[in-house]
Amino acid sequence: MSDNQGPVWEIFLQKKAGQPFVHCGSLHAFDKEMALQNARDLYTRRGEGVSIWAVPSNAIVASSPEDIGPFFEPSNDKVYRHPTFYQIPDAIGHM
Amino acid sequence: MELNKFEDVFEGKLAKNEMVEPKDWMPDNYRKHLIRQISQHAHSEIVGMLPEGNWITRAPSLRSKVVLLAKVQDEGGHGLYLYTAAETLGVSRDELLNNLHTGKAKYSSIFNYPTLTWADIGAVGWLVDGAAIMNQVMLQRTSYGPYARAMVRICKEESFHQRQGFEIMTRLAFGTEDQKAMAQDALNRWWYPTMMMFGPPDAESPNSENAMKWRIKRETNDQLRQKFVNQTVPQVEYLGLTVPDANLKWNEAKKGYDYSEPNWVEFKNVISGNGPCNKERLAARNKAHDEGAWVREAAQAFAKKRKEVYAAA
Ligand SMILES: [Fe+2]
Ligand SMILES: [Fe+2]
Repeated sequence: MSDNQGPVWEIFLQKKAGQPFVHCGSLHAFDKEMALQNARDLYTRRGEGVSIWAVPSNAIVASSPEDIGPFFEPSNDKVYRHPTFYQIPDAIGHM
Repeated sequence: MELNKFEDVFEGKLAKNEMVEPKDWMPDNYRKHLIRQISQHAHSEIVGMLPEGNWITRAPSLRSKVVLLAKVQDEGGHGLYLYTAAETLGVSRDELLNNLHTGKAKYSSIFNYPTLTWADIGAVGWLVDGAAIMNQVMLQRTSYGPYARAMVRICKEESFHQRQGFEIMTRLAFGTEDQKAMAQDALNRWWYPTMMMFGPPDAESPNSENAMKWRIKRETNDQLRQKFVNQTVPQVEYLGLTVPDANLKWNEAKKGYDYSEPNWVEFKNVISGNGPCNKERLAARNKAHDEGAWVREAAQAFAKKRKEVYAAA
């Protein structure tokens, strides 16, 4: 008798065409088709999405919470990446 | 980082009302507490399908049948959301299910009571889901991220559960004398078991202190119970029914009802396995799991075979 529940998949939903895919949860399934069908039954019973991505959990690479400081640091001192860094003459108005 | 520093980060998150995520450091006891609570919650959703499933084939109309089917299917989904939330803490689904099936794990005492008449399906949706919602609304802001997110999803789906139960009660309460008597009988039997769902009184609740400290819970058992009584009594009055509690009385000073405590000895008996339906529920769960074994085996074999075909191609 098998008690195996199959590998874990992460499920991403697109709410409406054109919108980004957002993570909504995970599930167990033995293969791709099953992952999609289970995701449909589990996460879209009320029209929550028009498109689904199912990704094997072990294929996801994630940053560590301890990384918050050093990992994202390089972006903090580059104020010139923001539009507010630049002065546009009043005469030009909106740009 | 040293242990102290990890602990400071954890405490800091709680203090700032930030959520703890799976990869964050957390104290062992916090992890253990969550695994126990989330898996008990998951088991409750799954076992909770049984008393209602009992009436699917005998629902009085096609409309009530599709509604009940959809409701019971939702509860299955809630169980799955919660099992995956528990799995982020490092336990496996097999382990959790095994604990349920061997009677090692607990689930809500409420599901060990029988659903004897159709009115019980009304009372369960109205009272039991009503009480569950009260608890779950609070848990949407629990400190562990995956648990909180599962709760947000669940709360969205719950709103129809309580309404469909109340609708059944309304039909019966405003129906014939016999129907009204059925509704009253269901209320009589479900009132105190529902009150027990919030857990023992604060003074005797062994896990409450930690749960509050870690912001897993944000309201105590007694606070939630009081809220439930205050919310439900006007609904009982609307139905023209009577709460089976001679001591129930509005208390202007506390802006809430005074009420009788449920029988806590009965509660202890039911959670330790001696309620009216404990054996039946456990047997039904085991039967379903065992009879599904061939499906899991076949799915696994099929996936394996397909992988081999791809590899050969
Ligand atoms: Fe539920
Ligand atoms: Fe529900």
